[in-house]
Amino acid sequence: MIWATVLISSAGCFLLKYAGMAMPEAWLSSPRVQRIANLMPVALLSALVIAQTFGVGHTLTLDARAAGVAVAIVVLLLRAPFPVVVVAAAVTSALLHRL
Amino acid sequence: MNQEVELPDNERRRITRDGVSLAFTVGLYGTAFGAAASSSGLSPWQALALSALLFSGASQFAVVGVGVITSWSLAVTAITGALLLGTRNALYGLRMAPILQLRGIKRAVAAQITIDESTGVAISQEHLGLPAMRHGFWVTGLGVYLFWNSFTLLGALGADALGDPAQFGLDAAVPAAFLGLLWPRLKGRTPWAVGMAAAITVLILLPHAPVGVPVITSALAAVVAGWKNGGGK
Repeated sequence: MIWATVLISSAGCFLLKYAGMAMPEAWLSSPRVQRIANLMPVALLSALVIAQTFGVGHTLTLDARAAGVAVAIVVLLLRAPFPVVVVAAAVTSALLHRL
Repeated sequence: MNQEVELPDNERRRITRDGVSLAFTVGLYGTAFGAAASSSGLSPWQALALSALLFSGASQFAVVGVGVITSWSLAVTAITGALLLGTRNALYGLRMAPILQLRGIKRAVAAQITIDESTGVAISQEHLGLPAMRHGFWVTGLGVYLFWNSFTLLGALGADALGDPAQFGLDAAVPAAFLGLLWPRLKGRTPWAVGMAAAITVLILLPHAPVGVPVITSALAAVVAGWKNGGGK
């Protein structure tokens, strides 16, 4: 099942890239399509942040992940690069797991 | 569109240097992806397959972000999330097509490396003409491909060797990675409104809707805002 997911999502994402290169320009150049495509990552990434921070199956919980993400926000506000953000969150959560 | 002007050697070297250093920095994130994939039950080969075949960071994180894929509904959630996040690559392709002007297998190869970074570097060379844009695209795209895949394998093998993901805080690394990808996109009022609407959608739906549905539903926030919002970015 994991392999199927890997291969189907890869094929689909390749087709999206290829379609952009092969399609007549008029199909995708509408400002409305552009706006939606630009906002799509914002919506999905926001949703994923919340689901991954607070979600466990069907319940919302507050645990070490939330602390890690809170630290990530602070580090982002300090303009740290991406790897530092991820490591800071991981270290925070790891320390809380040790307590 | 700029004409075919000769690209001077010093500009070519500068573009190569910029592209490669960006590629290396972005490639480092591959370590985080490899580790996240491992904590979601993917083998190092499956993690590498995603990096080599899907090759789009946010979409890849969406696949492993659903957790351990134990049912078809989770698989569908993972695939849908990846595709929705991949839609912007179609727009990049549209932007790059008249610059690259390729057919056949070369177009397919170019499509695979059409991502945020390669498109970004290409477009920022616009003042230097088409050859500079093409050089920026290929150097950056191929560079990211090389480093991203290498570091994915490194991260996956490393996390596998470490054992329990929560012990090393990898449970918090995944949402932090999403946040890091989101952050630079939160510029202006509309993106903030869309982000908040999406977040609230998940908080409301998560306890009730089937797993994965809340995240997919949040895409509606982008559709609604993009549909009616003309200016105000």
